[in-house]
Amino acid sequence: MPMMESSNIPSKREIKVPMVRECLDQRGENLHKILKESIAGFSGAEISVSIDMVTLRIDSVDLAEVCELLKYTEKFGFDYLSCITVVDYEEKQEIFEMVYHLVSIRRHHKMAIKVSLPSNDPTVPSVLSIWKSADWFEREAHDLFGIKFGGRENLSPLLLFEEFEGYPGRKSYPFHDYGEW
Amino acid sequence: MQVHQQVSEHSDAIDLMVNMGPQHPSTHGVFRLVIWVDGERIVKVEPHIGYLHRGSEKICESEQYNQIVTLFDRLDYVGNLNSELAFCLAVEKLTETAVPERAEYIRVILCELNRIASHMLFYGVYGLDAGATTPMLYGFRERERVQELFESVTGARMMHNYIRIGGVKEDVPDDFHKNVLALLDHLKGGVDECDSLLSQNEMFLARTKGVGIINGEDALDYGVTGPALRASGVIEDVRVTDPYSIYDRFDFGIPVGSNGDCWDRYYVRVEEMRESIKIVEQAISNIPKGEISAKVRRIIRPPAGEVFVRTESPRGDLGVFLVSDGSDKPYRVKVRPPSFANLQALEHMLEDTYIADAVLVLGSIDIIMGEVDR
Repeated sequence: MPMMESSNIPSKREIKVPMVRECLDQRGENLHKILKESIAGFSGAEISVSIDMVTLRIDSVDLAEVCELLKYTEKFGFDYLSCITVVDYEEKQEIFEMVYHLVSIRRHHKMAIKVSLPSNDPTVPSVLSIWKSADWFEREAHDLFGIKFGGRENLSPLLLFEEFEGYPGRKSYPFHDYGEW
Repeated sequence: MQVHQQVSEHSDAIDLMVNMGPQHPSTHGVFRLVIWVDGERIVKVEPHIGYLHRGSEKICESEQYNQIVTLFDRLDYVGNLNSELAFCLAVEKLTETAVPERAEYIRVILCELNRIASHMLFYGVYGLDAGATTPMLYGFRERERVQELFESVTGARMMHNYIRIGGVKEDVPDDFHKNVLALLDHLKGGVDECDSLLSQNEMFLARTKGVGIINGEDALDYGVTGPALRASGVIEDVRVTDPYSIYDRFDFGIPVGSNGDCWDRYYVRVEEMRESIKIVEQAISNIPKGEISAKVRRIIRPPAGEVFVRTESPRGDLGVFLVSDGSDKPYRVKVRPPSFANLQALEHMLEDTYIADAVLVLGSIDIIMGEVDR
């Protein structure tokens, strides 16, 4: 079969991408309400909802303070940091987005905190002193995405080996062009 | 085991550095633990992971949604169906797909049986860790019965790829109802037999009671979930506190320990098998007839957005974070593996214990390295 010339390929039809709908349950509604009152003092903080997850977007300088507030205030009581995710938006917006998923075992809440970091200097304060579970998640983010955590010393490779170069989690890391070895 | 000698800086005692793993039968996979000991006491430990890192999360970004289910099979390779379910739930939540009743029941029955199989494997291997060979044979005998049922339903013993987005792959065979009831009869006796064989054994008690203690507050701080957290007295089970699928319809208890030691972590799992049997009993008697899958497009293009689901896998809180940009492939998939977080607490649990207990404490967390390293 002859190869198709690149000019013959029809241009991709513009598809309008639908967005997910919000559907908060009762617990989420309550959390949304009390969260709105508590974070009024932080500039740049905004609350949104992603399906059933209350999402708080803050500046990276406020992260440690907000996390302490959320963990130690009785009405929130986020005693359990579920996971830390890095999402790579380097190509389009030149940012890395850190997503912290918190769960309150006592109050049965859950929420996400989002922090955007510039891709040329992705540095964020460490939350290790607040939740010990942040330890390996932060080291993993450092390994795979090259995120730097302010105030942390032991960021030795966790999943990769010492001599590994590059950040394989990033979208820019070559993926399918490896050879046989 | 390799042994290095070095003189420690802080005292005149000689610390020994003992290297356990990565190729060691009692590390349950390729896990390396570096232990510094002072005599028989553990001074410090340093876990090394990553020997099984395959970049599963990155591979997910280049596969279509329905192709990813097989990758989740390979994360927690002892509780595969629970891993599959977590991913499918995430996509269904994103696309607002309503799963037919019958499929939900089949999923719950298989996932709970999978939990029993996983705990039975733990039971056998943990006995082996403690130096008892017989429990291994009994644990595997019970697990084999569950595996046979899985084989008849899914066609595979381990990598099932049975739970699909929108439902399940195909309907269960005609004799499923009969087989499950027979299996439950066997399992009830099997769990009791296993329990009576090891749990109150004097030597087993001496090895596990009061060893590797972690209290509930510390456990939560370290992100420990599942049986390991409940053993420390925290009542948390995602099936109850944040119910997914149809778990809110069943009546079952949450076994909770009190001391947070190795024995509690072991016994919570034994009790959990009994609770799982209760769930399967209720589900099999109420399973409706009907469709086994929702109408799902062959190429799934969810709306743009993010979703995070929490599920209770045999090892703990298995979370899946999915970012979709509206195309046929996910923009980012993040797995929150329970074993990964549980393993972090190992350093705390091993503080001031004897080196002979290191294997038992590690075994009591029940890690699966496929899930830790991803």
